[in-house]
Amino acid sequence: MTTLQPPIFPRMPRGRRDQRRYTERPRSDGLLGRAVVQSFVKLDPRLTARNPVMFVVWCGTLVTLAATLEPRLFELSPEAPGRGFNALLSLILLATLLFANFAEALAEGRGKAQADALRRTQASTQARRLLPDGSEALVDSSALRRGDQVRVSQGEMIPADGEVVDGVAAVDESAITGESAPVLKEAGSDGASSVTGGTRVVSDKLLIRITADPGKGFIDRMIALVEGAERSKTPNEIALTVLLAVLTQVFLIAVATLPPVAAYINSPTPVVVLVALLVALIPTTIGGLLSAIGIAGMDRVAQFNVIATSGRAVEACGDITTLVLDKTGTITLGNRLAEEFLPVGGHSERELATTAHAASWFDTTPEGKSIVRLAEKLDAVTALPMDTATGLEFSARTRLSGTDLADGNELRKGAVEAIKGFVRSRGGTVPADLDAAYERVSRLGGTPLAVCWNAEIFGVIHLKDIIKPGMRERFDQLRRMGIRSVMLTGDNAITAGVIAREAGVDDFIAEATPEDKIAVIQAEQRLGRLVAMTGDGTNDAPALAQANVGVAMNSGTQAAKEAANMVDLDSDPTKLIDIVTIGKQLLITRGALTTFSIANDVAKYFAILPALFGKAGLAPLNLMGLASPQSAILSAMVFNALIIPALVPLALKGVAFRPSTADQLLRRNLLVYGLGGLVVPFIGIKLIDLAVSALRLV
Amino acid sequence: MTDWFQVVVFVALVWATAPVLGLHLFQVFDAQPQPRLDRWLIPVENGVLRFIGERGRPAEQTWDYLRPLLFSNLFFGLVALAFLLAQPPWLNPQGLPPMRWDTALHTAISFLTNTDQQHYTPEQSLSDLSQLGALQFLFFTSAATGLAVGFAFIRGLCGRPLGNFNTDLIRAITRVLIPLSFVFALVLLVNGAPMTLAGPVMLRTLEGADQILVRGPVAGYEAIKQIGENGGGFFGANSAHPFENPNPFTNLLAMVAMFAIPAATIDAFGRFLGNRRQATLLLLLVTVLFLALAAVAIKAEQGGNPLLTAWLSGPNLEGKEVRFGAGITALFATITTGSMTGAVNGAMDSLLPLGGLVPLFNLFLQVIFGGQGTGVAYLLVFLILTVFLTGLMVGRTPELFGRKVEKGEIVWSSLILLIHPLFVLVPAAITLADAPTLSGISNPGSHGISQVVYEYASASANNGSGFEGLGDGTLWWNLSTILSLLGGRYLPIAALLLLAAGFARKPKVPPGPGTLATDTGLFTVVTGVVILILGALTFFPVLALGPIAEAFSLTGAP
Amino acid sequence: MSVLREAFKALRLTVVLWLLTVVLYTLPLLAVGQGLFPAQANGSLLRNEGGQVIGSTLIGQPFASNRYVWSRPSAVDYSTGKAAPTSAPSNLGPTNPDLAKRIKDTAATYAQAGLAKPAADLLYASGSGLDPHISPEAARQQIPRLAAARGLPPARLEPLIRRHTQGRFLGCIGESGVNVLTLNNALDQIKP
Repeated sequence: MTTLQPPIFPRMPRGRRDQRRYTERPRSDGLLGRAVVQSFVKLDPRLTARNPVMFVVWCGTLVTLAATLEPRLFELSPEAPGRGFNALLSLILLATLLFANFAEALAEGRGKAQADALRRTQASTQARRLLPDGSEALVDSSALRRGDQVRVSQGEMIPADGEVVDGVAAVDESAITGESAPVLKEAGSDGASSVTGGTRVVSDKLLIRITADPGKGFIDRMIALVEGAERSKTPNEIALTVLLAVLTQVFLIAVATLPPVAAYINSPTPVVVLVALLVALIPTTIGGLLSAIGIAGMDRVAQFNVIATSGRAVEACGDITTLVLDKTGTITLGNRLAEEFLPVGGHSERELATTAHAASWFDTTPEGKSIVRLAEKLDAVTALPMDTATGLEFSARTRLSGTDLADGNELRKGAVEAIKGFVRSRGGTVPADLDAAYERVSRLGGTPLAVCWNAEIFGVIHLKDIIKPGMRERFDQLRRMGIRSVMLTGDNAITAGVIAREAGVDDFIAEATPEDKIAVIQAEQRLGRLVAMTGDGTNDAPALAQANVGVAMNSGTQAAKEAANMVDLDSDPTKLIDIVTIGKQLLITRGALTTFSIANDVAKYFAILPALFGKAGLAPLNLMGLASPQSAILSAMVFNALIIPALVPLALKGVAFRPSTADQLLRRNLLVYGLGGLVVPFIGIKLIDLAVSALRLV
Repeated sequence: MTDWFQVVVFVALVWATAPVLGLHLFQVFDAQPQPRLDRWLIPVENGVLRFIGERGRPAEQTWDYLRPLLFSNLFFGLVALAFLLAQPPWLNPQGLPPMRWDTALHTAISFLTNTDQQHYTPEQSLSDLSQLGALQFLFFTSAATGLAVGFAFIRGLCGRPLGNFNTDLIRAITRVLIPLSFVFALVLLVNGAPMTLAGPVMLRTLEGADQILVRGPVAGYEAIKQIGENGGGFFGANSAHPFENPNPFTNLLAMVAMFAIPAATIDAFGRFLGNRRQATLLLLLVTVLFLALAAVAIKAEQGGNPLLTAWLSGPNLEGKEVRFGAGITALFATITTGSMTGAVNGAMDSLLPLGGLVPLFNLFLQVIFGGQGTGVAYLLVFLILTVFLTGLMVGRTPELFGRKVEKGEIVWSSLILLIHPLFVLVPAAITLADAPTLSGISNPGSHGISQVVYEYASASANNGSGFEGLGDGTLWWNLSTILSLLGGRYLPIAALLLLAAGFARKPKVPPGPGTLATDTGLFTVVTGVVILILGALTFFPVLALGPIAEAFSLTGAP
Repeated sequence: MSVLREAFKALRLTVVLWLLTVVLYTLPLLAVGQGLFPAQANGSLLRNEGGQVIGSTLIGQPFASNRYVWSRPSAVDYSTGKAAPTSAPSNLGPTNPDLAKRIKDTAATYAQAGLAKPAADLLYASGSGLDPHISPEAARQQIPRLAAARGLPPARLEPLIRRHTQGRFLGCIGESGVNVLTLNNALDQIKP
């Protein structure tokens, strides 16, 4: 299992992202000790009964313990195994149970550590709740309900997730995001209006409407998930549990019906040996590790600084076939910058720059600011009376913004099509060379913005997009995993095409409105595809809800976070790709260990059956040449027990996953876990047998 | 050497007929325009449908398909039971009395379930009217029921509605079973299978002994017995009887007839799926498994019985006919148990341990071509289980034919895994627990275990062959095997239909590079291994105590 | 109500299918059999000159006399005697001591008749109990006894055996076998 080349998808968060961890590394001291204690606590039959496979082992242990106390309890034949053998067997079975419990406890312990770290951000605080009469009451943060309004002033902790109703303040979110620079929060604007419980107001004050009941916030949900306490089984886990339960029943019948059959040919079947045979056959390996695998999967998601609201969502990630990504901020660096002015219709560059300067006067977006900066660099500062002018904000529907002068003059900048429409509606004409400028910019992968003054188009601003490094490799990987990527952008088709080609996405939707997002998702889903998307704006919420996996950015609005089934605390849209890997890893680990577990049975049969039925003439089946019947049985059981802790690291870490086609993955995993599962126990049991007989245990 | 050559000829014939018959089955059970050959039958079928008041609407729920199946099967069984219990004087040349109630009940259910276990001696028990009116009738209807279920299952797995049971049942009879049987019956007739209602012949042999030759409408009966994978003999000796199977040629045809429909059903499945490669790989898989098992059986029988070397040498001919020889009888035994037919052309009980292990193993697996309609269904169930186990290993929720395999599929598939242990191992253990009173075992040692386990395995797998030395004509055997017969038939049918209906309702996911392809050599090999491991793991202990222990006792430690 | 309707539907279906699969399917076959292939359809009966049925070419008979070729052991004595008609193998398992005992006894009988190591098929009981054939080797082994009992030169028996040997289908399918009844009948005809 050595990796020849460094995996491009790191299994664990690493590098830049790692440095931004918002939690201190979960404390692992005392983890093992607590897990050991828990292993014993979990012997409680009420807990064991939840896992049918291990419950059978539990019952079997009782039987062998009883037979240890009184070897003649079940059989009278003098050849029945003695007290010593029964005691050893009981010990091994007990160890099997403890090992399985230990695996689960260890996973839970790691989850708990993670949860504690999360919980620390949620320390109970006092909140000033606004009463209907306008006065304030001091209440405990846990008493806050959805819809309550609270006032938070400088230096105070925001008591719960919510939305800014009023006020502007700087908030230190480093507890959540690791970003040390305070973020500006204000009412009304996307992203900037949502606040998270546990963050601190560092200047001014805010009126906040609480959006989550106590214990229902994202962090609370995530805590419950990683702790494994209220972990509901995922659909695939349920299906696998059903299969394991049925296999257990099949083997129960196969073993329980043996005594009369064997008795017919006068071959005694000591009950303790039958118990051993049963425990060896039922899939204890996967049965003991199944829940640990699930908990560990959630834990890995949490380590990536992603809050998942259900295990189902993480599992669904493995099935994703289409990734819908916003261009801006995901594929390209968030901010496009004005690069140059391309005048048209006989205007000079300076005229265009001045007009653009005026049209961008009220634009506070990075793009707008970059236009102003570029114009100022060219010394093209507007002389218009901006103090009496008003700004027109950009909207995704009109796709233009601008400035209305007090005298009724309208300056606009926006998507070329939108400006053309605007000019025509004002009775103007479109200059002949506009399209050439538009195309020139588009072909460079830039975004052209047209600028007009009333009905006259002055030219085009070239906004330059920069594709994030490494995106092409990522999309290549995704393609190999069978995941199609679709880029959504408000850009025109030419620009979008250029960027899509450069970034290596499979498909793009140009000139997309927010409504298009949901339409694209629905269209993909109609084709039977599972869609994942990231989003942050309020208008992304329906699409996030529609997508099979919706990942909201923590910087996004509360509405987006509510609609999504995951929240990325780092607000890094490309992280979706890592989550997909975790989902796949989770499923692969389950499948691999199940296959391994079932394949093991072959060797165990060849150890136990000849030992059990040597008198009936089956001694030749002792292919491994095990020393004696009793040592054969003990060796098989010891192997059966030891394989669980041996596989715990694998269950917790997950099977190594390299993005490749299904066929390659199957071939590799079958070889390792299928063939390995057949061969390893033959070797393992033989070695243990050598040790057992060398130690003269039996 | 010639035995192996005949195996090749046999397999070649099966592979040659599969696509031809497969296309026919596809056309019969697909709603496409019907081929010209069958068009004249449409008014007949429509007439029948109108007469019974069936409008032919496809089933919307599982129950819509299952309900008419259960009702019609109930009546089929009652009709047969009535004939057996009454055994009126008509067409009863020997004047045979009615059957004992428990034997009649067992016989009716055994034939109704396409099993045809026979706890009676036909020559001494059944009039020609009973052979025709009860048994031959059930040959057709039970095979047609199986085919209907098989194709309903195939439809569901291919994402279509289940179809209409009565239409399927009637078409299976009018377009598949009757035409094929009629032609085969003519061939049998020409080769010496009797076709008469004239009753037995009493004669004096050359040495002056009195011999009674029972005759009857054998040719027609025999044809559907083989083609419908029924297997219940007109005579006690079944296909070893010269009237049922006169010569090597009819024997070859009888063997091909047993595999013809299950092989063609696999082929037709590929046409339904629109992926014939998938079907070809499955056919290849079962053919390879079959060849491996046949090789074990043939090799064992050719090797002869080492306990008898003091007096004779050569292959084991005990219970075998000279015209077939040891190898071909072993081949026949592998085919008849692989295909759930249960006809035998030699004594299963007298097979050498490994020769007997192969049929027993076949009964446990139920997919080495398998039963009429149900064979391909069980094979696909194994495919589902394989997809589930290995599909996880590619990091996706397992998918089969573009649909997700989830809890529902696993519940119904694994229910089918439970049927055999429940209806074979449990009653076998009970019977062996009180062997002296209940079992009727006729051969000592481990062989007795094989006899008892085989009887229940044969009942639960709806096969019908047996280690016939077993004294199975008792109340205990009749009633206890009835449970296995019914449990092994109707529970899986219900589970299959539920699985298929649920599966068809799932949204289809288009395949991509991340999808686990099931039509590859690798996946087919994995499916084979899963079949062997799941089948072998469950039954390895009884196989070990039965045939394997007997094999060691025969040869001494290897 | 719907249960009743469903039951009635199934009942009518049962009636129609019974007529189809029992009457309509069987009658033409009976007609073809009796009309075109009466010999086969009636059991391939073998008659003597007097028209008396002496057997079926497909069904074996027991032979004990030295004047006849002996057929294979039968678990049902070729359905002769007072017992009701039947057909069955011995069903003795390979490890059953009764099998070894029976083989030993039969071998002893052959030894008494001067055949020390008879062909295996002469010792193994057949699958139907009515096997009409023995292997060519088994037939040839009996030539000396026959020749002595009937006073015929062995050279005359060889071609006779060959004539009553049913070969393999297309020379490769199945096994060849000598039809004991027709051979013995032919023997009777040579020297009554």
